[in-house]
Amino acid sequence: MIDYWLPAALILVILIMLAAVRLWIGPTPADRALAVDTVNTLTVAVLILLGVAYRQIIFIDVAIVYALLSFVSTLFIAKYIGGEL
Amino acid sequence: MIPFVLTAIFALVIYLILTAGSGNLGVWSASEIIAGIALALVTAGVTRRFLCRSGNYRMANPLRLLLIPVYILGPFLVEVTKANLDVAYRVITGNIRPGIIRVRSGLKTDLGIFMLANSITLTPGTITVDIDEETHDLFVHNINLAQGEESHESIQDHELFAIADLPAWIRRIAE
Amino acid sequence: MITDTIVLICLVIGILFNALGVLGLLRFPDVYTRMHATTKATTFGSVFTALAVIIYGGSLYYGTADPQYITLIIHTIIAALALAFTNAVSSHALARAAHKSGIKPAQAVVDRLGEARR
Repeated sequence: MIDYWLPAALILVILIMLAAVRLWIGPTPADRALAVDTVNTLTVAVLILLGVAYRQIIFIDVAIVYALLSFVSTLFIAKYIGGEL
Repeated sequence: MIPFVLTAIFALVIYLILTAGSGNLGVWSASEIIAGIALALVTAGVTRRFLCRSGNYRMANPLRLLLIPVYILGPFLVEVTKANLDVAYRVITGNIRPGIIRVRSGLKTDLGIFMLANSITLTPGTITVDIDEETHDLFVHNINLAQGEESHESIQDHELFAIADLPAWIRRIAE
Repeated sequence: MITDTIVLICLVIGILFNALGVLGLLRFPDVYTRMHATTKATTFGSVFTALAVIIYGGSLYYGTADPQYITLIIHTIIAALALAFTNAVSSHALARAAHKSGIKPAQAVVDRLGEARR
């Protein structure tokens, strides 16, 4: 059986770098916050794949906590951009 | 008292789901169950005001809770799949006709509006931008408006969904 | 093996939709249309990658009956659910903040929210 988890994780990391291009050039702060949100989503997917590739279930627990914490940080960035903070 | 008990049960269920497969008492170990009960009581003591803020206990009915997975795996999944094929088409061809429209929903409860807004965001060509606090109307950004649709003052919620009538499902669950 | 093929198909679908989401993020003209691409496509793609992991864990549990694979499946389901809910809500927050900070939707034929604000 071939191991396809690590190549899949590698492709997702390349996608994260492409999303970071929008983080770099994005004209408005909202664009940059959106790019960070995308990077967070893809990071959770990468963590799940790595958890299977290395047989470490603790990686998936880290992914759950990362998803919830990045959600809170995105909400606060959004409040800041909207001028309510 | 009722909010305290409901919050404690909710927290305990989530703790037990997260630690399933840890031992041999059922699928939990005894120490995990004791720790879960203690933590659930502390959590309920701190947050009892938040979970049951609206003051009605309709959602404690297990039948309604059972409808939520049915809703997600049934009509919602169909619409989400269609949405993604639509987005794939728009990304590749790049023909868009965006606009922000007003959508009447008529929903009253917080949970119903939350579910409707999330369903709109994850289904074809629409994301919720804002909500009118008084009338509970949603402002929806539509990526591809039909010709002539921009002249309407507002549209009813089920006109957004082509295949399944998602607002009717949400009314059945949350109202 | 048949489960291997199913897992591979789910993984390919997931990566394909993630790639489409990132492509849309780079290609579309303004923040609202970019949000369409990222919210829908990356949520769907990540949920499908999680589905591949769930099916793989199920096949391993079927072969070995080791309870740690049950833990793997349950935790992956929770991660996927957390992702689906938080992604939608954070996109509402970002869209609302973008509109409040005065970004007009590009090429828009109608803007009812802007009229309501005025």
